[in-house]
Amino acid sequence: MANYSTNEFKGGLKIMLDGEPCAILENEMVKPGKGQAFNRVKIRKLISGKVLEKTFKSGDSVEGADVMDTELAYLYTDGEFWHFMNNDTFEQIAADEKAVGENVKWLVENDVCTITLWNGSPIAVTPPNFVELEITETDPGLKGDTAGTGGKPATLSTGAVVRVPLFVQIGEVIKVDTRTNEYQGRVK
Amino acid sequence: MSDNMWAPSCEIQTLQERAKILGKIRAFFNVRSVMEVETPSLCAASVTDVHLATFTTEFVGPGNSTGLPLYLQTSPEFAMKRLLAAGSGAIYQIGKAFRNEESGKHHNPEFTMLEWYRPDFDEFTLMAEINDLMIHILNCQPCTSISYQQVFLDIIGIDPLSVNLDELKSIAVKYGYADIADTETNLDTLLQLLFCMEIEPNIGQRAPCFVYHFPASQAALAQLCTEDPRVAGRFELYYQGMELANGFNELTDATEQTARFEQDNKLRNEMGLTPVDIDKRFLAALTHGLPRCSGVALGIDRLVMLATKKASIKEVIAFDIARA
Repeated sequence: MANYSTNEFKGGLKIMLDGEPCAILENEMVKPGKGQAFNRVKIRKLISGKVLEKTFKSGDSVEGADVMDTELAYLYTDGEFWHFMNNDTFEQIAADEKAVGENVKWLVENDVCTITLWNGSPIAVTPPNFVELEITETDPGLKGDTAGTGGKPATLSTGAVVRVPLFVQIGEVIKVDTRTNEYQGRVK
Repeated sequence: MSDNMWAPSCEIQTLQERAKILGKIRAFFNVRSVMEVETPSLCAASVTDVHLATFTTEFVGPGNSTGLPLYLQTSPEFAMKRLLAAGSGAIYQIGKAFRNEESGKHHNPEFTMLEWYRPDFDEFTLMAEINDLMIHILNCQPCTSISYQQVFLDIIGIDPLSVNLDELKSIAVKYGYADIADTETNLDTLLQLLFCMEIEPNIGQRAPCFVYHFPASQAALAQLCTEDPRVAGRFELYYQGMELANGFNELTDATEQTARFEQDNKLRNEMGLTPVDIDKRFLAALTHGLPRCSGVALGIDRLVMLATKKASIKEVIAFDIARA
């Protein structure tokens, strides 16, 4: 993999840091009028998801990370792996629990997810921004109940729990924003 | 690249405020009988400073059919000192300076610099005048000042004038800069790292803050202090996270100046950088005689950023480098 100097740093560039692939979020040059320039870089570690700041001496270079995103449809899980398929080539890839992480609760069959591959292996699974899921459990809301506007918790078919308005009932399919965990509306 | 790249990176209203500030700066110097001058942007010689990268071009024309190499100046310092040596008296200049490899929230490779020189001023008299200018333009509180040594003692807890490389490395590691500290062999680089990252954000927040008496190893073009040669007559001004000005009690000794240029070029060789031809006309002016004086360079774009409360340099210049 190529090395990148600080002059090539920009948002989206994937580099290796402490043995972990990372994505550069922001790169800011800090340079005294007289003296050494530095780059203060905001980085997201792609496996742990941790965001941190790192300072480089300008001109230094770091190893690039062989990271790419691919769009794959979710097929099924066998309990150990989550299987995805490229809808064009029908090639399949299995992601483990670590790669799927908390997003397991947003995996809906046939939904196209973004799978991040490092050296060809999945390290992260990003669900679509919106998914549609059926409510499997929620308290029956009382009509005319105006006490509190916070709604009520509802458990979805994947195990995800979101707050929904009181009038939404078991068996209904709702649309949820996977980035914010928020109820968007009922699906007819 | 979006379609609106023809449009300014700056609001027209900000340009109006910028124009007003330029007018106020000229009025400030007019009252004090400091003469406005203009010196070349294209110069036959460049600077040896290892941390400055120049743009180069060449002149082809009468007398120079094969091309005369020229450098876009990184600061008008050498040319202005040649004027001082020729007897100009107090002078100021508002002009463009050019620095390659510098771009960011506080940097544009082409920027506007205010530089002025005061014969018979020492650095503290000049700092007092800068204080007046700051109040005149920004209507801010009076500037505070602290020595480089004291600010390191207060914030980092080390004496920058006596610390050794190993001690400094372990301090840098403690602050989370292990990757840089592990391989760094230059004491000043580590001092600059701690200064930029840990000190600068913590000074000059409410009122502009001068830091004076930089270490002799970072003297640049300042004289060393006679009472303590470990430090130089160099100061910087910081305000709200921005490095605003750099000034010197100017080095007037041609022999010492030549030695510093040669030292820079030696360092350039060690760092794998191309050595830079020394500016012989500047040295000849020093030999002829530069009056005792102090001078300062102040970033006008950054001054406008502070006056208009903008976070990025591109918001105070008509067209930043991306739209140039």
